[in-house]
Amino acid sequence: MHDFNYHKTSNIEEAVKVHMGAEDGTYMAGGQTLLPTLKQRLAAPTDIIDIAGVTELNTITVSDDVSLGSMATHASVANSSEVSSAIPALATLAAGIGDPQVRNRGTIGGSVANNDPAADYPAACLALNATITTNRRKIVADDFFTGMFETALEENELITSVSFPKPDKAAYMKFPNPASRYAIVGVFVALFGTDVRVAVTGAGDNGVFRPTEIENSLSSSFTASALDDTTISPDDLLSDIHAQSDYRASLIITMAKRAVAAAS
Amino acid sequence: MPDGVIGTGIGAVVKRVEDFRFLTGNGNYTDDINRPGQTYAYMLRSPHAHATINSIDTAVAEAAPGVVAVFTGDDMQVGGLPCGWQIHSEDGSPMHEPPHPSLAQGKVRHVGDQVAVVIAETLEQAKTAATLINIDYGILPAVMDMKAAEAGGTLVHEEIETNKCYDWGIGDKSAVDEALASSAHITEIDIVNNRLIPNAMEPRAAVAEFNKATSEYTVYTTSQNPHVIRLLMGAFVLSVPEHKLRIIAPDVGGGFGSKIFLYAEETIITWASTKVGRPIKWTAERSESFMTDAHGRDHVTHAKLGMDENGIFTALKVETYANMGAYLSTFATSVPTYLYATLLAGVYKTPVIYANVKAIFTNTVPVDAYRGAGRPEASYLLERIVDRAAREMGIEQVDIRQRNMISADAFPYQTPVALEYDSGDYQATLASAMKLAETSGFDLRKKESQARGKKRGIGYSTYIEACGIAPSAVAGALGARAGLYESAEVRVHPTGSVTVFTGSHSHGQGHETTFAQIVSEQLGIPIENIEINHGDTGNVQFGMGTYGSRSLAVGGEALLRATNKIIDKASKIAAHCLEAAVDDIEFKEGNFTVSGTDKSMAFGEVALTAYVPHNFPHDELEPGLDETAFYDPANFTFPGGCHICEVEIDPETGVTEVKNFTAVDDIGRVINPMIVEGQVHGGVAQGIGQALLEGCSYDSDGQLLTGSYMDYTMPRADNVPNFKVGTQSTLCTHNTLGVKGVGEVGAIGSPPAVINAIVDALSDMGVTDISMPATPSKVWQSIQSAKASS
Ligand SMILES: Cc1cc2nc3c(=O)[nH]c(=O)nc-3n(C[C@H](O)[C@H](O)[C@H](O)COP(=O)(O)OP(=O)(O)OC[C@H]3O[C@@H](n4cnc5c(N)ncnc54)[C@H](O)[C@@H]3O)c2cc1C
Repeated sequence: MHDFNYHKTSNIEEAVKVHMGAEDGTYMAGGQTLLPTLKQRLAAPTDIIDIAGVTELNTITVSDDVSLGSMATHASVANSSEVSSAIPALATLAAGIGDPQVRNRGTIGGSVANNDPAADYPAACLALNATITTNRRKIVADDFFTGMFETALEENELITSVSFPKPDKAAYMKFPNPASRYAIVGVFVALFGTDVRVAVTGAGDNGVFRPTEIENSLSSSFTASALDDTTISPDDLLSDIHAQSDYRASLIITMAKRAVAAAS
Repeated sequence: MPDGVIGTGIGAVVKRVEDFRFLTGNGNYTDDINRPGQTYAYMLRSPHAHATINSIDTAVAEAAPGVVAVFTGDDMQVGGLPCGWQIHSEDGSPMHEPPHPSLAQGKVRHVGDQVAVVIAETLEQAKTAATLINIDYGILPAVMDMKAAEAGGTLVHEEIETNKCYDWGIGDKSAVDEALASSAHITEIDIVNNRLIPNAMEPRAAVAEFNKATSEYTVYTTSQNPHVIRLLMGAFVLSVPEHKLRIIAPDVGGGFGSKIFLYAEETIITWASTKVGRPIKWTAERSESFMTDAHGRDHVTHAKLGMDENGIFTALKVETYANMGAYLSTFATSVPTYLYATLLAGVYKTPVIYANVKAIFTNTVPVDAYRGAGRPEASYLLERIVDRAAREMGIEQVDIRQRNMISADAFPYQTPVALEYDSGDYQATLASAMKLAETSGFDLRKKESQARGKKRGIGYSTYIEACGIAPSAVAGALGARAGLYESAEVRVHPTGSVTVFTGSHSHGQGHETTFAQIVSEQLGIPIENIEINHGDTGNVQFGMGTYGSRSLAVGGEALLRATNKIIDKASKIAAHCLEAAVDDIEFKEGNFTVSGTDKSMAFGEVALTAYVPHNFPHDELEPGLDETAFYDPANFTFPGGCHICEVEIDPETGVTEVKNFTAVDDIGRVINPMIVEGQVHGGVAQGIGQALLEGCSYDSDGQLLTGSYMDYTMPRADNVPNFKVGTQSTLCTHNTLGVKGVGEVGAIGSPPAVINAIVDALSDMGVTDISMPATPSKVWQSIQSAKASS
């Protein structure tokens, strides 16, 4: 780990201000992604701005939509009875991230800002048409995830919350990588009235994406069998030692079917 | 042996005495040890699989904050790391033994090869300074595939033209060819035994210190065999005599073979400790463990099994390529020869067997013994080819095994590949495993799985292995450069408590309990009065250490013999005190009694007499009660058994779930049933890991693709079912304890049972083979190709 200046901040304004004053600053939420990167010396920020003490970012509010403060941990989302009854798929998704230690530290803000191509939350954001709120603006999910580890966030911009409209039905099916247990394929399906939104994580070579083939088939009938003849091209899918692209393509359909069958 | 009388004797379920300290965080591991004035070493490693080192510039690093010293291969001109077993090729020539420098000499041969060591006040300073070392590498193509390596071209070691360490054979080749030619049917198979990364929970570590006043080195290191390390490091590499080199292997958090070997890092810091005049600590990071701990397995084999029209085996021919990696690790050469090909008879009467083994250098981490070492490769090959033979012949899996098994009355049984099995009852273990596994209900379970869209399969493995590698004379004749005995000292204290010094080393096996149970049984004292001491060459007389499931069969027997000497001497002392003839003294339940009388002395009283020898047979005996035994066994021991696995496969995703796993093993006499069960659980989990999850993978440039837990899949609790474990023992005939060994059976017996179960599940789809690890992706792919070709 290279040396850096450490700043513990207690409100949004302070965090952003410290970041702006830093030569090469980075926010730290749960540190679950950032710290391993620092330990391996893959990153060398001059300043770490710890936002774990910014309590205003912890809130979980459920009203017309489900709004998660960016510092809401995976465990707090998984264990929230309000989230569970409003959007059960979201609570299930959070409960399936990493292990208990990771869930107790890792946050939705960190996960979304990092946009790991195998992370779970980006699929929920995209399928549920979430809005990512920052200290400056609101960004809809369709515009937020711009590629592998890439987002629409600008320098110093701090995610404050992510809000999810309540679907009529939704489910998330994750096929975990046997080693890391991140998603090899994760499919989030959501039904809003007659609108179907589907997002796939873990498989796309440009990060999370919406498979239009599946959305079209499900729009005519939100049933698993509606996907019997749907296929996904492996062309733009990842291929690695754990899963070839044709396998991922097949898994996307299988997981989508299972998600539709499980949607509630 | 006396009958079990005390609740802590042989056969008792005693809770492991060591667990309190381990589970409460009070273990004392190498990295817990800190010495005054200690510095920290960081190894700068090659990022390339194969490259010349044109120049190294350490000047900037040496001037960096906190740096004490920087050394490269130019500085460290000492002996190479030795190989402990010499193999001769079939043509009589000795194997190629290329130099194995601790710090690279002009060339690096695998990713992770040590190029320089930075020693600094703190680890962070050492790491930072390492980034300032400037190395000019001349990158060479990497030799990764064994068959390509054999063809020559790029050479891992310039002097070895075909990258071949040896080309070895065992058995009667022409007899095998003849028998195959006249066989009614020949089953052939291509088998890859996947390369594994050991992943002991505790990474390797060492602390080395040189005492100027006494010219003595003290090295704490994560070793399974500290005396072997002392010999190899002292005599072969650093030229330090034994009495000036003390090796301490304190609590060690798992080894699985990977901590048998002498490694570069411990050698480098021991050497450097005199140069810097301060203690040095080195602890591997997990990613260093992945790229420097000796890996396991990595065989590519083609085999042919001949049969008559009734499925009776007529001959077996095996051709194996065994990957040595870039250098010869300590016992690498013995693994694919004497620990592998000698096991190819398995539990079967195959009359003639021939095996050829080519050991090949590649630009990968050295490969050496890993839980089972050679024997899992043999059992996997045999049980896969037998499974396939049964399918091709239309014979039931159980039937083909029963038809060919060595019968219980055929022991001692001489195999065509050198070994003589002393005891076993393979039919009995098979029958008892089938009962425990409820195989009769399988068809029903299969139907029930089918109803849920799942494919269910059952797989058998009736395996044998060889443990307690011995005798020394035979091993020596076969090329071993070390003896293979074990020693124990039993020191009885004046009040009757006992300290044992054993040359075996416990790194998870529970010796502190099992060995104490033997003493408890023998001397009739509770285990609270017994301390088992191991791991320090400064106080243990000698030892060959723990590997190959040898601790109980060799070290335990040495201990038993030392306690017998104690009983002999104590009986004489008692006879003197009780004024009786020695022959009239009976020792039972901790008391020496004159037979037929009520005159007796407790063990503690005799001990006190030995140390306060006022009334003592001085003309006949020396005072004190302290005996040592060295034991060199007459033969290997031969644990074996039957593993039965039931899997359920989701054909849509390729996910395999192990639904049931049954292991009935013949491990000889059981000292502690709970520890035995734990050893089998761990071994089977590792075997399931090899079969379904674990596989080391390199790309064609020699970069390790599975260099962390993000990509290397270790078995976790949810990957394994609740095991059904049983023992069905015959006693070893050549040790007094009757023990055979249990450390490796799980890892040796289980992988073929898992793979056979998968093949069984998918056989109706036309799948005939699947390679390990049978990951969901691989299972799915083989279903697709079977579909495509049907
Ligand atoms: C062992 C392990 C297993 C895991 N398994 C999974 C898994 O199965 N599925 C999954 O989805 N994830 C998984 N993760 C990742 C985990 O979810 C992380 O917690 C998450 O990716 C990052 O969250 P964090 O709060 O720790 O962020 P940090 O590590 O603190 O930060 C990550 C990045 O986001 C930035 N950042 C953080 N918060 C904000 C903010 N509010 N505004 C702007 N930028 C911000 C930081 O500057 C940094 O660049 C795993 C992690 C580990 C260590």
